[in-house]
Amino acid sequence: MKGLKIIVLAKQVPDTRNVGKDAMKADGTVNRAALPAIFNPEDLNALEQALQIKDRIPGSKVTVLTMGPGRAADIIREGLFRGADDGILLSDRAFAGSDTLATSYALSQAIKKMENFDLIVAGRQAIDGDTAQVGPQVAEKLGLPQLTYVEELMEITEKHATVKRRLERGVEISSCPLPLLLTVNGSAADCRARNARLLMKYKHAKTVSEIQNANEDYLHLYNDRPYLTITEWSVNDIETDQGQLGLSGSPTKVKKIDNVILQAKESKVISSSDEDIEALMQELIESHTIG
Amino acid sequence: MANYYIDNRDLKFHLHHPLMEKIVQLKERNFSEKDQFDFAPMDFEDAMDSYEKVLEVAGEISGDVIAPNAEGVDAQGPQVIDGHVKYADGTRDNIDALVKAGLMGMSLPRRFGGLNFPIVPYIMAADVVSRADAGFVNIWGLQDCAETINEFASEEQKMEYLPQVAAGATMAMDLTEPDAGSDLQAVQLKATYDEQKGVWLLNGVKRFITNGDGDISLVLARSEAGTKDGRGLSMFIHHKMNGGVTVRRIEHKMGIIGSPTCELVFRDAPAELVGSRKMGLIKYVMALMNGARLGIAAQSVGISEAAYREALQYAMERIQFGKAIIRFPAVYEMISTMKAKLDASRTLLYETARFVDMYKTYMHIAEERKLEPHERDEMKQYQKLADLFTPLVKGMSSEFCNQLAYDAVQIHGGSGFMKDYPVERIYRDARITSIYEGTTQLQVVAAIRGVTTGAYLNQIREYESQKVAPELAFLKRSLIIMTDEYEHAVKHVLDVNDNEYVDFHARRMVEMAGYIIMGYLLMLDANRDREYLRSARNFVKFGKGSVHAHAVFIGSSTVDDLGSYKYLLV
Repeated sequence: MKGLKIIVLAKQVPDTRNVGKDAMKADGTVNRAALPAIFNPEDLNALEQALQIKDRIPGSKVTVLTMGPGRAADIIREGLFRGADDGILLSDRAFAGSDTLATSYALSQAIKKMENFDLIVAGRQAIDGDTAQVGPQVAEKLGLPQLTYVEELMEITEKHATVKRRLERGVEISSCPLPLLLTVNGSAADCRARNARLLMKYKHAKTVSEIQNANEDYLHLYNDRPYLTITEWSVNDIETDQGQLGLSGSPTKVKKIDNVILQAKESKVISSSDEDIEALMQELIESHTIG
Repeated sequence: MANYYIDNRDLKFHLHHPLMEKIVQLKERNFSEKDQFDFAPMDFEDAMDSYEKVLEVAGEISGDVIAPNAEGVDAQGPQVIDGHVKYADGTRDNIDALVKAGLMGMSLPRRFGGLNFPIVPYIMAADVVSRADAGFVNIWGLQDCAETINEFASEEQKMEYLPQVAAGATMAMDLTEPDAGSDLQAVQLKATYDEQKGVWLLNGVKRFITNGDGDISLVLARSEAGTKDGRGLSMFIHHKMNGGVTVRRIEHKMGIIGSPTCELVFRDAPAELVGSRKMGLIKYVMALMNGARLGIAAQSVGISEAAYREALQYAMERIQFGKAIIRFPAVYEMISTMKAKLDASRTLLYETARFVDMYKTYMHIAEERKLEPHERDEMKQYQKLADLFTPLVKGMSSEFCNQLAYDAVQIHGGSGFMKDYPVERIYRDARITSIYEGTTQLQVVAAIRGVTTGAYLNQIREYESQKVAPELAFLKRSLIIMTDEYEHAVKHVLDVNDNEYVDFHARRMVEMAGYIIMGYLLMLDANRDREYLRSARNFVKFGKGSVHAHAVFIGSSTVDDLGSYKYLLV
C-alpha cells in the first residue's frame, strides 16, 4: 500500500486549564501573558492518530498546518519532535481577529495550495473557543466528507477509513472513502511524547522570520539543512478574497464578555435517613438528572 | 501534567557542573559527529541544551505516565504465562512511552542507534524515573548491560545487539544462582561448546534474575569444566528469540513488585561468548556490577526524592493541635534532615557519575587512538576515583534512602501504615536498595581499601584545598574537625594490626569517610549556589555528630572486645 498524505490542523491556545484570577484583563479579553501558550490538547490527539497511520503505513507523510502569530511556530516544532514530517505556519496580520468562519476559509485556501492529500485530521475543538466548528467548516469549504468525534481509527487503506465515533449516548462505527476530514476527541489515544532524536534534530527548526533573529552561531545550518526552515505563508502566498479574511470576514461579533465566577448559590443538607435519601432520589428523577 | 525534571531544580544544578564541559568535549570527540548525524550537537552549549530537552521528555513521561501507573503496577504485578513473563499493563505502557520517546540506549554511541549521552544525564534520567516508580526503573535501567557489550563484545556482536537495545529490546543480567548470591565464584550454570552447531549451549538454573525474560541477557556461566572458582567463568549473550530458557516462577516480593524477579531454567540455550573465556567474573561482571551499583544509587536517590516530597506535602497539609504538623520541631527537624540526606546522596551520586564519565570516555577514546601521556594519567586517576566512590555512593545513598522512607512513613503517622498513601509503597520499594547489587556490608568490603590505603583521605584533602566563600568557612572548620577524628580512628584501628579488627570497624570507618565527603560536596555546592547552604549546614551538623559517635565507639574499643560480640558463634 502506498503511503498516505495527511494534514493535521493544529492550534496554539492559551492554557485555559489552569486559569488563575488574572486570566482575564479588565476589558474582558484574555490575558495571554498570564496563560502559557500550548498545543491545543485535542489537536495532539489528532496528531497521534496521524502518526499512528504513519506507523502502520510506511511512506506516509504528516504535515502540520497551523494559523497564528509568529510564535505559533512552536506548534510546528512540537509536531516535528513527535514525528511529523514538516509543517506550515500561516501567519499574517490580515488573518488577525478571525472567527471560525474566517479561520476555516484561510485554512482551506492554504490546503488548496498544498500538494494532494488523502486525509485531514483535526482536534474536535480548541480549549479557548470550544466551538468545534473549524474542522467541519474546512471540510465543507473543500467539499470533503467528514467524520467527527473520532475516538479510534479502526481501519485505514488508501481508499477508505473506518472509525469509531464517541457520541453522547454511545459509540458509532462509520466508514467513509478518502479523501476525508476527521475531527478527533480527547478520549482518543494520548499523543506520544517528544522523541529524543527528533527533538535534537529539529530543535533549531525555525521560520524565516525567526531565523533573522536567531543565534548567529547556527546560521550556516539553514543552508546545509533545508528541513530546518519551517515554511511560513503570508496572505500573499495563498489565493484569497480579502473580504473573507480576518475581522472583516468574521460575522461573529463579540457584544460583551462577562467575568463569571462559578459558585454554589444554595446548598442543602441531606441527612443519611431513609426519608431524606428517598426525597433526594425523587427530586433527581423528576429533574431528569438521573434515570 | 507533572514534569519530574522541570519541577526539581537540583537536577539542573548538578547537570551544569563545571566539569561537564570537559566531559562533553571528550564524549563528543570535539563535536566531530555534527555533520554525520542530524541530532549530534554542534558545540558544548548545544549538547547541554539537548540533554536538558531530553531530560524534560524523561521528566514528562515520568510525571504523566510512569508515576500514575505505579499504584496499578504494584497491585497487579507481572505474571508467568507459558514459561514467559507478562508485565503488568502499566509496565507495558511505560515501556512503550519510553521506546517511542527514544529513551533506550541513551549512552550508546550513535552508530549503534544510541544518543551518545554521557553517564551524568543518563543517571539523571534514572533518578527521575525512579522517583516515579522504583520498580519500573529496573526494567528500563537494565539498558546498562548494553554498556558491557559495548565495552567487551566483538564488533559483530555490537552491530547485532546494540541497535536492538536502542530500539527498545529489554535486557537482563543473569548472575545469581541458588547457591551463588554474594559469592558469585560458586556459579554452576554450565556452558558447553557444541562443535557441530558451532554455538555454546547453556544448561542450569538462575535465580533472582531481574527482568529475567528480557530480550537480550548477559549470562555468567561455567565454561571450564571441572573448575570451582571464578576463573572458570565466562560471559555469554543469550537472545530470547533463540529459545531454551523458560521462567519457572516469579518471586513474591516485598517491594518493586512491577519488576519481575525470575527463576530461569536453561535447557541447551544457545549463546555467544562475550570477550575472552575465563574473564566472565574477573573482568566483565566487575564492570557490569559497577555500572549497576551506580544505577542503584540513582534509584536510591529517586526513591529518596519521592519519600521526601510525600513527607513534606503531608506535613504541610496535616493539621493537629490547630496547626500543620510541620510547625512542630520534631517534624520540621525530621523533614529538613531528610532533605539534607537527599541532597548529600544526590551530590555524591553526580560526583561519582562524573568520575565514571571521565574514565570511561578516555577508555573508549583509547580504542580509537593512542592516548597522550597526560590523558592516560587522567584516565587512571578518574578510574581510581570511580572505583573508590562507586561502593561508597551505593552504600550511603541506599541506607539514606531507607532512612528517608522510614521517616516519610513516620511523618504520615497511622495513615502511612495504610495503603492509602504512596509512602507505603515507597517504604517497601526502598528496602531492596541496600540489599541487591551487593549488600551495604559488601559495599563496605569494596570500600574499606579506600580507608586503609588513605585514598579517601587524599580526596578529602583535595576537597579541603578548594577555596570557598568566607561565609562557608565555618563548614570547612567542622569538616576539618571531622577529618581529624576520622584519621585518628583509622590510625587506632590500623595500629592494632589485626584484619578481623579492621573488618569489625570497617563500616564505621567507611561511613565516617562518607559523611565527610558528602559534607564537603555540599559545601562546594553551596559555594556554587547559596540555595544549598541550608542542606550543607544541616548535613554537616548531622554528620559531625555521627562521625563523633563512631570515633567514640572505635576509640573505646580494643581487639579483645570482639569476643563479646562473638559469643553467639558457638
